Amino acid sequence: MGTNVSLEDKFQAYVDAENKVEPKDWMPEKYRKTLIRQISQHAHSEIIGMQPEANWITRAPSLRAKLILLAKVQDEAGHGLYLYSAAETLGEPREKMIADLQSGKAKYSSIFNYPTPSWADMGTIGWLVDGAAIQNQVMLTRTSYGPYARAMVKICKEESFHQRQGYEVVMKLAQGTPEQKAMAQESLNRWWWPSLMMFGPSDDNSPNSEQSMKWKIKRKSNDTLRQEFVDKTVPQAEYLGLTIPDPDLKWNEERGHYDFGEINWAEFYDVIKGNGPCNKERIAHHVKAHEEGAWVREAANAYAKKQAARKEGDASAA
Amino acid sequence: MSESNWKLWEVFLRSKNGLSHKHVGSLHAADADMAIKNARDVYTRRSEGISIWVVPSEEITASSPDEKDPLFTPSDDKVYRHPTFYDIPDDVEHM
Ligand SMILES: [Fe+2]
Ligand SMILES: [Fe+2]
Ligand SMILES: [Fe+2]
Repeated sequence: MGTNVSLEDKFQAYVDAENKVEPKDWMPEKYRKTLIRQISQHAHSEIIGMQPEANWITRAPSLRAKLILLAKVQDEAGHGLYLYSAAETLGEPREKMIADLQSGKAKYSSIFNYPTPSWADMGTIGWLVDGAAIQNQVMLTRTSYGPYARAMVKICKEESFHQRQGYEVVMKLAQGTPEQKAMAQESLNRWWWPSLMMFGPSDDNSPNSEQSMKWKIKRKSNDTLRQEFVDKTVPQAEYLGLTIPDPDLKWNEERGHYDFGEINWAEFYDVIKGNGPCNKERIAHHVKAHEEGAWVREAANAYAKKQAARKEGDASAA
Repeated sequence: MSESNWKLWEVFLRSKNGLSHKHVGSLHAADADMAIKNARDVYTRRSEGISIWVVPSEEITASSPDEKDPLFTPSDDKVYRHPTFYDIPDDVEHM
């Protein structure tokens, strides 16, 4: 017990001095657990997040739009991989992470449990959902766990394209016919509040945050990140001539920030619990794709074995 | 699940000739060819590399963090290995 405390103190001092923790370094078990939970949850979000957008790939309004959307969705698959790869450095097997996602034991961002009935949603998602993700991920480029920080650097480089292409889609609609502008507004109305929920519970309802901040896994609180996002996004909506669906939203001269209305936390917790509009569909689709891919994995294994045997045969013949 | 015998590979990229390969992450693949193809798809979508190395993670032998002191501290007290250890008069140039 005594040595345990001193190891943990040493670890804290190491992290406080802005040093990075690498896979084989000693770390408190709870630090490892917290990271595995957070990184795998983040990976699952990237992977499940492909579904709402993939919904529009075959119906994109132009070849240009289709190419961009395809590239964006492909990036998200890559992000999932970088993150699974980072989580595996902590000793968590990939298969276990996938199994936990499919059984519902592991969570992913609740934003992806909302449907995408309109093309405008492809714009709004890039603008707001990737925008909110960037806010969080830029902070995580400085997280204390080395592999996670490095994955974030790579992801952030790619996210900027995601947000800009999304804003462009919304801008084209907002500057188009009245019907197109109405599409953009209707989409914003649906996505605004769920986007604010992406930052998680408010600080006074986020008991694990404090420890995560202490270990420098997180470096800003949920409410701070949310406020930064609102402050950045309001002028972007104004530029488009769109109205953010919040009657309480107004600039607060004294604080130097926008005030905004209360988030519907009951909805937030309900979607997390599995009762969002698309929770079941998202997981069912993941399971189906995984199962339908089983023969490919088996075939690749059989081929690899055959190749290896052939190589060995060649070597012994020579 | 048959997937479990897809091994883990570490991926290294050379971003351009003149630079060394650098570790960028890992992935699962059934064999080396597939590991290279997957690495191309996930790690070089924006011209990050012109050459890829993949190495089975299990083939890497790493020094242990516990040995950090015995391995690396002996060099700390060998200050004479550094050029600044030597006092050369300013009048002597190009040294
Ligand atoms: Fe992403
Ligand atoms: Fe993301
Ligand atoms: Fe993205």
